[in-house]
Order: sequence, then C-alpha cells, then structure tokens
Amino acid sequence: MKKMKLVMVGNGMAGVRALEELLKISPDLYEITVFGAEPHANYNRILLSPVLAGEMTIKEIMLNDVDWYEANGIRLHLNKKVVKIDRVRREVVAEDGTVESYDRLLLATGSNPFILPVPGKDLPGVISYRDIADTDAMIEAAKTHKHAIVIGGGLLGLEAANGLKLRGMEVTVVHIMPWLMERQLDRVAAGMLQKSLEDKGLKFALEKHTAELVAGPDGRVAAIKFKDGSELPADLVVMAVGIRPNTALAESAGIYVNRGIVVNDTMQTYDPKIYAVGECVAHRGIAYGLVAPLFEMAKVCANHLAHMGIGLYKGSVTSTKLKVTGVDLFSAGNFTGGPDTEEITLNDPVGGVYKKLVLQDNKIIGGVMYGDTADGSWYFQLLKDKQDVHDIRDHLMFGQNHLGNVGHQGQNKAAQMADTAEVCGCNGVCKGVIVKAIKEKGLFSLEDVRKHTKASSSCGSCTGLVEQLLASTVGGAYQPADTAAKPMCGCTDHTHEEVRAAIRANKLLDHEATYGFLEWRTPNGCASCRPAINYYMLSTWPHEAVDDSQSRFINERAHANIQKDGTYSVVPRMWGGITNSHELRKIADVVDKYKIPTVKVTGGQRIDLLGVKKEDLPGVWKDLDMPSGHAYGKSLRTVKTCVGSEWCRFGTQDSTRMGIELEHDLFGMWSPHKVKLAVSGCPRNCAESGIKDVGVIGVDSGWEIYVGGNGGIRTEVAQFLVKVATHEEVLEYSGAFLQLYREEARYLDRTIHWLSRVGLDYVKKHVVEDAENRKALYARLKFAVKDYADPWRERAAGKVAKQDFEMLSA
Amino acid sequence: MSTTELELPAATQMKKICTLTEIPRLGARVVKTAAHGNIAVFRNADDEVFALEDKCPHKGGPLSQGIVYGKRVACPLHNWNIELKDGCAVAPDQGCVRSFAVQVQDGTVYLDI
Repeated sequence: MKKMKLVMVGNGMAGVRALEELLKISPDLYEITVFGAEPHANYNRILLSPVLAGEMTIKEIMLNDVDWYEANGIRLHLNKKVVKIDRVRREVVAEDGTVESYDRLLLATGSNPFILPVPGKDLPGVISYRDIADTDAMIEAAKTHKHAIVIGGGLLGLEAANGLKLRGMEVTVVHIMPWLMERQLDRVAAGMLQKSLEDKGLKFALEKHTAELVAGPDGRVAAIKFKDGSELPADLVVMAVGIRPNTALAESAGIYVNRGIVVNDTMQTYDPKIYAVGECVAHRGIAYGLVAPLFEMAKVCANHLAHMGIGLYKGSVTSTKLKVTGVDLFSAGNFTGGPDTEEITLNDPVGGVYKKLVLQDNKIIGGVMYGDTADGSWYFQLLKDKQDVHDIRDHLMFGQNHLGNVGHQGQNKAAQMADTAEVCGCNGVCKGVIVKAIKEKGLFSLEDVRKHTKASSSCGSCTGLVEQLLASTVGGAYQPADTAAKPMCGCTDHTHEEVRAAIRANKLLDHEATYGFLEWRTPNGCASCRPAINYYMLSTWPHEAVDDSQSRFINERAHANIQKDGTYSVVPRMWGGITNSHELRKIADVVDKYKIPTVKVTGGQRIDLLGVKKEDLPGVWKDLDMPSGHAYGKSLRTVKTCVGSEWCRFGTQDSTRMGIELEHDLFGMWSPHKVKLAVSGCPRNCAESGIKDVGVIGVDSGWEIYVGGNGGIRTEVAQFLVKVATHEEVLEYSGAFLQLYREEARYLDRTIHWLSRVGLDYVKKHVVEDAENRKALYARLKFAVKDYADPWRERAAGKVAKQDFEMLSA
Repeated sequence: MSTTELELPAATQMKKICTLTEIPRLGARVVKTAAHGNIAVFRNADDEVFALEDKCPHKGGPLSQGIVYGKRVACPLHNWNIELKDGCAVAPDQGCVRSFAVQVQDGTVYLDI
C-alpha cells in the first residue's frame, strides 16, 4: 500500500516532538517531509541563553541532528521557508520553488519576536532574540561593540542581558513597567532579582518608554531616545518585548486565525487535513509559550495523525519554575491577590529567600518564590487540587519537606549539591548523572528522568530535587507535571477517579468489562493499571466482582513476600502481638523442617521467616496452622499494642485487648495501600500510635483516635480525629475512617496522601459529625470483610491454585 | 507462538511440558531444567505461549512471577518490562534474557531444550 504523505512546516521543538510521538506509535504510516526556515536541524531553543553566555555550544543544544531525520526516513528541507499552501491541490510551496504535496499537513511555525514600531527599528545593530542567527549576531557584536541596550525586562530580556554582560558588554535593560518580570513576579521578588543582577554589573532603566532608535554616522544604531527626552548610548539593541504566534502562512491560505491558528481539542485546524501544534496555535483562545503544554499538544496531535482517534488536549494550567541567571524563581496563579485574599509571606532579604502565598477561602490561588523554590511544585499541586490548607496553614510556609524526609541527607537545594552527591538514595543516582541525562537525551519531564535514570522512580522522596535539576538544566521550559488530571497510566486517558466512578455507575465486575467499557488502549492493561482496577472493582462490589489473581502483584498472588533471590518470606499473624509457647514451638519446628535460613522479629510485633522456597509455602502454612499475617498485601498489616493496664503500672486502658479486637474486626480488609494500626494504653504511647494510619491512645476516660500517621519515607504525625469512650466506638470510628479511605483514595495512596488531599475537616464531617453516615460506612466495611477465608488455610488444604506453587520439570 | 512455524523443529523433537490449561492465562509456570536452569513459560490472553530464562536482565528477578500483559511481562522485583517474544527489556532499559522456542499442539505445550 502506498504511504500517505505528511508534510510539516516548521522544524522546532513542538513539531518534531509530534513526529517523534507519531513514529513511536505508528512508524510506517506516513512518508514524512519537513520544511525548516533555519539552516539547522531541531535544537533546544530554551538553551540559547547558555549558548549566548558561553556555557554551552550549539552542538550541545541539538535535540535531533540531521542523522536522526535520515535514520527515520524523513525528508528534510533546511533553509527553505514555505510561502504558500495550496489547499485545493494539497501542496506547499517554498520560497525557492520546492513543491511538496500532502495528505496531511502539520503546521508548527512557532512564533515571531514582536518588534516595537519605533523609528530606527530596522537599523543595523537592532536585533531580536529568537534563534541561532540572533545569538550569533549578539556574540559577534559583543566582540567589537561596547554599549548594549536590551528592551524588555522579561525572562528572555534578562537572559540576553546576562549573556551580553558575560561577553564583556556594558548592558542596560530598558523596561516599560515599574518592576522586572511583572507577569511572573511581584514587586518584592522583582526587587530582589534586580538587586542580584545589579550586583553582577547590569544596569536598569525602568518605566522608560522607547521613542526612537538613533543612527550614528556609520548608519548603525548609536543611541536610544526615550519619551521623557533622556537618551542612552547604544551600539547593539536587542528587542525582547514578547512574541506573537507566527500565523502569516496559515492566514494567507485562508485558515481561520484568531491570535493564533485556531485548533480544536484534537489539534485540527478549520481545514480537517491540516493540523497545528506549538506556539503558533490558539487553543480555546490561549496561545501557550511553555514547553510542557506544547509537548502535550504534540502527543495528542500524533495520536490523531496515527488514526487512533483518542486523546484530547484540554488546555493546561501553567506555572513557571525558572532560573534567571542562576537565581531560582517560581510563580503560579494569581500572585497579586485582591480584596478577598490573604497573603502569607516569608521575607529574608539577606539570605536571598522570599516566598509569598496568596490564599482565598483557605485555598492557595497563587504564589511567588525567590531563591528557594524546592516546594514550588507542592504549592502548585495544592493550587490545582483546590485543596483546603486550613489545617496545615501554620507550617505551610516551611514547605512539604520540613519534616522527616530521608534518603538524601536532608538536602533541599539542588543547586548547592556537588555533582557526586546522591540525589536518589533508593537507586543510587547522583546529581551529575541526572544532569547529564537531561542534557544528552533531551529530557523535559519528571517522567522522562524517571525512565532514563531511575531517579525519583522508587520512593519518590527526592522528586523535589529532581524537579529543581530539571528546572535549572532545561531552563525556563520546565513545568511541573499536572497530576490532578493525570491519566491512570499509558493505557487510558481516564483518571483514577473517573475509572472508579465508571465501575460504580455501571457495575463493572470484571477486567474485560472495565477495559471494554472505558475503551482501554491495551487488550489487558499493564502492570500498573491492572492491580488498581482489580482493587477498585473489589472495593466497590465486594462479593460480586471477580478477584483476578493474575492482576495482583506477586506478593498478593502468592500470599507471601518475594525477596531479592526469588524466595519468599512468611509472617504469621499474631493477634495484637500476643503469642504463646505452642505457637513458638510450631514456628521453631517449621524453621527446622524447611531449613529456613533467617528468622527475624518484625517492627509490627511478629516473626518473619525469610528465605522460604515457593514450592514449600503450602507445607509451611499447613505446619504452622496460623492465620496469614498479610505482611505482603495492600491490606491490614498489624495492630501494634503495648501491654496496657493488664500489666503496666502506668496503663489506663487494656490496649492489648483493644488491639486484638481491632485486628479481628479488620481481618481480610484489602485497601489502596498497606494499613497499619497501633493501640497504646496511656499517653506514654509505647505502641507508637502517632505514626500509624490509625493510632489509638487510651486515656483514663476513654480512647483518643488519631489518623493519617506514617513512619516510612516521610515521617508523618497522625492527626487527632476524635475521642470516644468505649471499645465498640473505637471499632466503629476506626472502621468508618478506613472505609472512607478504601472508597475514595487512589490505589497506592497511603492514608496520609489521601487525607492531605481531602483535608481532616472533610473526614471529620463524614466520620465524626454525621453519625448515620459513620454507621453506614462501618456497615459497608463489615460487609466487605464478611466470611473472609484465611488464604493460607485454603491453600494449605490444596483447595486453591495448587499449580501456583508447583514447578514443572522437563 | 514465539517464532514462525518454519524455524521450529517438529513438535515431536521438543520436550513435552504440560497442557496449555495448566498455565494460567496471563500467567506463567516454571520449568526446572538441568541444562538451562529455570525456564518461565508464559501464556497470554490470546493463548500465545512464550518461554524465557527465568531471570530478569536487571537483577536476576524471577520473571515467571511478574504480571503478564499484552506480549510483555513486568519483573516482580523492580518492574522492568520485558518483551516475551525476544526476552529484551523495553527501552530505555537495556538487556536481554535468553528465549526458547515453544509450541502448542493439540493443547499440549512443547519446549525446545
């Protein structure tokens, strides 16, 4: 079959990304031709500033060199500007007369710098700052000329100014507004930025309106005149006052343009054979200039070019995390505020740190950060999730990482770390390795870095650091990922919440039905969505949904924990941490009989038998004749207890009995992630109830219940939920809280992750204040765990899945 | 089947392993062999059968214990994704394990070892 012809006009980052995405999913569909007006292949435009500053070379900022096009069979016309689209004959014509016909046309013409309409704008020595040619012109001018004027105090202007200064010129930045970067920064942050740039030798002329550029005797620009009559010498003028979508070609072909080339959510223009992506586009009235949204467009566009017909671009909420000449900045949302807003600020001018958060109705609506931007993405997440921050208001300013993060020596400023310093403690990845991968492989997103370096892909505690490295390495382009509306995985565009709602509303009871109904892209999901779907169905439709063991992670399939050598560990349940000589003797006999190499006491007050061969598991379980401890499951783990009033001279309550009752009550409960409980008999809290998903503390007059604690990657102190009087109430309130978590959290959320999204007030409303709802939640939990059969006993009796444990021989 | 019919030796020259139904759909069984160690025999949703050395190229994890989806398996230790057809890791991860020819005839699984 003859291939369809795809022609792309424009050879920049967004367009080429679309081609890369297309080649990934449908490599043989099109014969591809690319026109580029510049003489270069695809380079990272954002890194022109380091080139100007002399920190990088053109070669280092290439994303796809000419060989890449050749290797992928793409015909590349460099240095050829397309001047005409003939939509009737489906042809494009370049300046030099080259004609190419198309079945599909992709416009990725980018944007043009805006040139101030002042007299003298066309003089020699007056340039814009947009491409390699402009950069070269500046580097050349710096060799022979002295006075540089940069018009425009935005990101681009400041970077140009910094580069020219480093190249030895005297630089003055002219800006029409009262402070720099007014679209990203408030007055205080901009003032700090200006001060730091002045310390580097840059000069500023603020609130100056350019009237005219004046030529010298040689015809080259020699001075800049302002409307107030003042004048400055200038033998190089760089205009960096903004960009405009480059729509001239589209307009001349009669394609509808309004600000940019107007596209729908599939990146299609008003001509269905013509698509457009990148800075030239206006989507729902917005023209984007940041890389992240452009790449999202590219992905959607590729999907439709490949005839897959799924995937919509619905616009992006943007924040900017940037680095201006070595200073970290972050801004998002409405950072100026208004009559109904409040502000929290932290201002340390000497330390060079400034943070401002703007709140409205207890929600973050915007913020600015200068100097320390480690928590920028966390604030942005809170902003997009519209999360109530009332509960964490008192320590909001200190960021997410002020407490308990382990694995990278408490570092929170990536810039200050040495190249050899370990960023990701789980996978042993150093700063230098990450930076190198970002540069050499052209990575732009956290997801990319995770895939290529493994950094931040395990426990995630170094995510903030990796994001900082991205921001400082790829420049102003980095945008924190939009996790609120993030699809579950690559198999679908639906979010966790949407999938869950569909399972509930349509009573989806097995995997096939769910994938079919939700139009999954893959026939049977992947290793990331299958376990989640399995849990959502089971928790929504207990006793009705099909529990597919092949969709569970091996630990839950084998009812034991897989170890690094492929053997398993076995942890029998010891209710409330209580055991006796009979159980201990059985355990000792099993250890001897099966030659189990390691026996260890766990942190959850039980005994772990490590190094058990898979085929021995049913025998071990049979001989132990103890219930499963579920130490392997996203389920109830342990209820840790202290000895309580039965023995302890300080004990006020029988915490051991309470713990055993709780453990029996919740036995058989599957959950989004593991769940750990503890019961202490007095406020000395020997069972460490303060770092458990549900922690109960006995006091003389009853029990206090705390929720959302965690002792893992990040230490999280549990929050006080309610105080109750009786054992029955402890069971009901704890159960209701866990049921709400089971019904609403995303798969793999611990209680704290979910709780920090919905807020403690929400939980109190549903579990404490609304008695009827609490009883209903608790009843649903009891129904879910009703008749739960101990999985070890079933398998020891050879009733279930015998072949799961037996090897074949050849 | 993991390779084309032409390349395969006749089923009779291969070793009989088990019946197709003894391998769980979207799962695997382990075959103990003297010459090649443990071999994982996978069955996917379309009843295609694949055989790989039961040893992830990353840290030697038992691939037979992973989650099988499409024509891939995710290693249970660190979630590397391995192509069932050729035993190679999905990019950007790199590395391959040995694959073996395997065939189903009249519901019986034969392995070329």
